[in-house]
Amino acid sequence: MILLETVDLSKRFGDLRACDDVNFTVNKGEFLSLVGSNGAGKTSLVNLISGHLKPNSGRILFEGQDVTFAAVYERIKAGIARSFQISREGKIARIAALADHILVVVRKRRETFDVLGRFGLNGKSSVPAGGLAQGERKLLDVAVAYALRPKLLFLDEPTSGVSTREKTQIMDTVSSVVRAGAVTAVVIEHDMDVVFRYSDRIVMMHEGRFLADGTPEEIKANNDVANILLGVPLSA
Amino acid sequence: MTVAAVSRVQYRPKLLLFAAAAVVLMLLALLPPYIGLYQTQLLTYGLIAAIAALGFNLLLGYTGLLSFGHSAFFGVGAYSVAFLLRDAGIHSMELYILIGLPIAAVISALFGYICVRHTRIFFGILTLALSQVLWTLAYKFFWVTGGSDGLRVARPTLLAGMLTFTGGGSFQRFINAYYYYVLGVFAICVVIMWVIVHSPFGKALQAIRDNETRAAFLGLRISRFRWVSFLISGTFTGLAGILWVPLNGLTTPEVMYWPFSGEIVFMTLLGGFRNFTGPIVGGVLFTYLKTYAVATTEYWQLLLGVVLVLLVMLLPTGIVGAISAVAGKLRPREKSS
Repeated sequence: MILLETVDLSKRFGDLRACDDVNFTVNKGEFLSLVGSNGAGKTSLVNLISGHLKPNSGRILFEGQDVTFAAVYERIKAGIARSFQISREGKIARIAALADHILVVVRKRRETFDVLGRFGLNGKSSVPAGGLAQGERKLLDVAVAYALRPKLLFLDEPTSGVSTREKTQIMDTVSSVVRAGAVTAVVIEHDMDVVFRYSDRIVMMHEGRFLADGTPEEIKANNDVANILLGVPLSA
Repeated sequence: MTVAAVSRVQYRPKLLLFAAAAVVLMLLALLPPYIGLYQTQLLTYGLIAAIAALGFNLLLGYTGLLSFGHSAFFGVGAYSVAFLLRDAGIHSMELYILIGLPIAAVISALFGYICVRHTRIFFGILTLALSQVLWTLAYKFFWVTGGSDGLRVARPTLLAGMLTFTGGGSFQRFINAYYYYVLGVFAICVVIMWVIVHSPFGKALQAIRDNETRAAFLGLRISRFRWVSFLISGTFTGLAGILWVPLNGLTTPEVMYWPFSGEIVFMTLLGGFRNFTGPIVGGVLFTYLKTYAVATTEYWQLLLGVVLVLLVMLLPTGIVGAISAVAGKLRPREKSS
């Protein structure tokens, strides 16, 4: 069942086509990875769908409703949420306790601890976000977005800047929470090991367009993908 | 850790804070017999200024919006009382508050609705412009407002008419009783503001202040939060105006004029706008500073100007900010998490 659909969605920055007639569908309940080299248009696509950018043309349909020009809070109300990196935030975000980060979103103390508990952060509820280890901070980024109770959750590089061992821990936690909550997730990720391990489906972007779309097995077998990602074909 | 356990850990420092606040309140309540009538009156003015600055700081410190028109709400409070006395014959302080507060709230809501569409300097200029409109009305419509002569306000009755102030020694009795009245209202205001800034609503305001984009992706309706913040802020300052006018006995268009908005900003900067207690300390200190500056020198504006320049250059976080920074350094490092 289709949860989200974009129809010929385009975004240009001057001559640069960040998204070029993109027709993107997300099915309910899947864990989808969006891959591609830097500048491929992944983040632009997420920004368009989450409302951070306005498209030049095309439409965005969420559960059949046109949300192309809906305000950010309306999209969130409809069920589209995205994570934001707290590490890049102002002072208050760094000194605010974990519980407060969630509390701002859910407004209720009990629900706050429920969300923190799901991400294994309950013991640190009164620790300032700036005092967390990098991996925990990444989980908090996701937890804040998850607290919005979305149907569709966008995660922009949830494992960037952490060690390989921590990556696995973060993705184990994220994927189990997301699947347990029946949340559909779209993850932007560079680490292909992580992508192949956790995704139901992988979509690859290149220069604002979709290059490949399939299961991890299909993507592994696709020579174009290897060409773009690695610079050499796998079976050369 | 259970919810209860976590909550207990979080509330322990708050208990300490409440104890400290109770001690300060007790000290303030014990003061009048020792400091005499004039100082009691001055301190009442100080507490009223503190309420105005407390409201103002919800916008500046917690929402990140610098209003340059808060004199308007102070003036609306003051003139509401004057009109209620003159046109409706009301003498009860409680009725002044009960009727004046909604009026201040409505004007705040109206001004806020227009102003919160913009931020930074544009917001400041809009608040300034709107407050000047009210000042002009008060100044020019002299057949309604008394023009530059203003309107006189007699001493009201307190506590639903239980305390009246006529006859011999009534001035002394009024000053003493009114001090405790204002102290009571002040304490309630502090508690309400404390609850507001520590509620999820208050946290949301701070999130908006720090990063509007991220706050939007937390599902917060930015302009609505700013509007409600403006409304609360203006209403607090309006309450200060309501309390001020019976003490002053007279309201003139001066209280709506922009220099008074500047004074409210000054108070908040003096105490420190990044602290909850900053505007309270600033409001009281400014009242003393101005009173003594005016009494000491003809060039009192110059003196205040120098103080402001020194303040911004040497103590950008205000007096309370500086004290808490020093206290933070002196405190032994137990845990650095």
